[in-house]
Amino acid sequence: MKICVLVKEVPDAAVEKRIDASTGRMDRNGEKNLNPYDTHAIEAAMQIKEGGVIPVEEIVAVTMGPESAVRALHKAVSLGADRSLHLTDAALAGSDVAATGYALAKALEREAPDLVLLGQQSDDGECYTIGAVVADHLRMPSLTQVIQMDVADGGLRCERQAEYGYDTVQVELPAVISVGDAINEPRYPSLKAIMGAKRRPLETLASGDVGIDVALVGVDGSRVSCGEFHAPPAKAAGQIIEDEDTNETVEQIVAWLDERKLI
Amino acid sequence: MSLHELTDEQREIRALARRFGEEAIAPHAAGWDREHRFPKEVFVALGELGLMGACIPEEHGGAGTDFLSYVLAIEELSRADGGVGVTVAVHTSAVELPLLAHGDPDQLARLLPPLAQGHELGAFALTEPEAGSDAAALRTRAVPDGAGVRITGTKQFVTTGSHAHTLIVFARDEDGGAAVEPAGADGARRAPISAYLVRRPSHGLRVAREEEKLGLNSSSTAELTFEDTPGERLGAPGAGMRIALGTLDGGRIGIAAQAVGIAQAALDVATAYARERNAFGGPIGRLGQVQHKLAEMQTEIEAARALTWRAARLKQAGRPHTVEGAQAKLFASRVARHWTGEAIQILGGYGYTREFPAERYYRDAKVTEIYEGTSEIQRLVIARALLGEAARSVS
Repeated sequence: MKICVLVKEVPDAAVEKRIDASTGRMDRNGEKNLNPYDTHAIEAAMQIKEGGVIPVEEIVAVTMGPESAVRALHKAVSLGADRSLHLTDAALAGSDVAATGYALAKALEREAPDLVLLGQQSDDGECYTIGAVVADHLRMPSLTQVIQMDVADGGLRCERQAEYGYDTVQVELPAVISVGDAINEPRYPSLKAIMGAKRRPLETLASGDVGIDVALVGVDGSRVSCGEFHAPPAKAAGQIIEDEDTNETVEQIVAWLDERKLI
Repeated sequence: MSLHELTDEQREIRALARRFGEEAIAPHAAGWDREHRFPKEVFVALGELGLMGACIPEEHGGAGTDFLSYVLAIEELSRADGGVGVTVAVHTSAVELPLLAHGDPDQLARLLPPLAQGHELGAFALTEPEAGSDAAALRTRAVPDGAGVRITGTKQFVTTGSHAHTLIVFARDEDGGAAVEPAGADGARRAPISAYLVRRPSHGLRVAREEEKLGLNSSSTAELTFEDTPGERLGAPGAGMRIALGTLDGGRIGIAAQAVGIAQAALDVATAYARERNAFGGPIGRLGQVQHKLAEMQTEIEAARALTWRAARLKQAGRPHTVEGAQAKLFASRVARHWTGEAIQILGGYGYTREFPAERYYRDAKVTEIYEGTSEIQRLVIARALLGEAARSVS
């Protein structure tokens, strides 16, 4: 079985996110890191490999992004991926979710994976949708927000976070699955893995290498264009209950929740 | 802090040490401090990650990083807990590195891999009850016994002394083969000093006591007694002082990093507090006096970090780094001692309580002005390099 893990380089969580007014895109000049949700996807792939129920020949990290995105691939490799694939091209810059999903799907077609994993959301765009777009292009089933995944009956039995509880879904492979951060605790990369990451195979691909129609990607190929940006409104102060008598405090909280039919 | 001057690997190693520190060390640090507990399991975990032999070559069981990567890891571990930081620093730069530099192939093959992988811990035993800064006044004796020696004496303030498996012990070489030192200040002619390796357990090696300290309570500081304890020489006969001083040249860069880490932890807690604590109708961070304190604190920590990184890069490049290391440690330890105190000041009464970690940082920081060469010794090193012979005149 071959697992491809989609990864993305995003602004580091400690960096305050800012939209560059002149381009309408996120300012990505600050410190960057591998999208934290993607580290859970790599860990999920590693756990399938180490679980041994299905032999996993290879875990391949795949990203689309500028030159700096190789750092995200190195990090993915230090966390367990065997090799990586970097789709990078001036024509791809400015792609919206649909265009990015199409481009990634073209790169994945070439790899013919049995399973595609990714983090359910990116720390920057927070769209939650790229997995579904990729799955649609690849004609594979798509599952999102998965928080448990077990090899069963020749496929995967997954639990996905639903609005009221969890759905248990049996999915046949190949499939595209996005995972939530509750699925596992990503391991620490060892120093040896960090030091060795640049020695693992990394293939750089341009649009033409994987048959991407450049009319469908980039700024011109994207149907979403960003207009104005506004900061979200400040949150209301909320209600603070002073804990003087704990029994009374608990009663007040329960009453508050009850009133809103939350319990 | 600008990470852009670091390589990708250095940034990732720093991030790893930071994450491990925040997740696996910092939440327990207050408890270890209160209970005076040496967290052995942490060093096993650090060993699995490669952080117990970061800058040791891979062929000896290490991770093969450069010296600055090791220094970055020490800062981050110390930011989580100064006791863990000093244990790893001594283990690496005062035991593994001199062993790597002076050990024969058999010693390297036998002793270095278990240290570098974190299966074993190391200690450096130089100081004695009456030989601290004046290390050359040490009295521990090593008498020949077959292929090795038997060591007798007392060693003081040995970091990880109660737990170490391999100890580097400095003693008077009574072999007679090495040249006798010129008479000391007291006119007595003494045997030269050599470095020795002692394994635990060994005959006659005992922990006389574990010191009660002001801080760094998660680290072990022991007085050890040796009585006809078997040892084997490390390096050339009579090279002990050269090995000891060379070790401390590099070791003090690690201690400078430890001081920077503790100071950074104090800055982090003081900054968070200044954002959240309200007084006179708003957060105290809007008050000029608090802003100025934090701004100066951060600036001086950055300066200490820059000196530390510079010394680490010189050492990595094989350039002279004695003075630069002394400057880094002198400055960083003063920054840590001073600004951990000011962090308490920002937290006010809460800073003085054990509810907040500021007081622990303050207690932990003080010793960075003392061990691996006191600040007075660092000034002496710097002044001698500056003034040459004029600094050495006795009359």
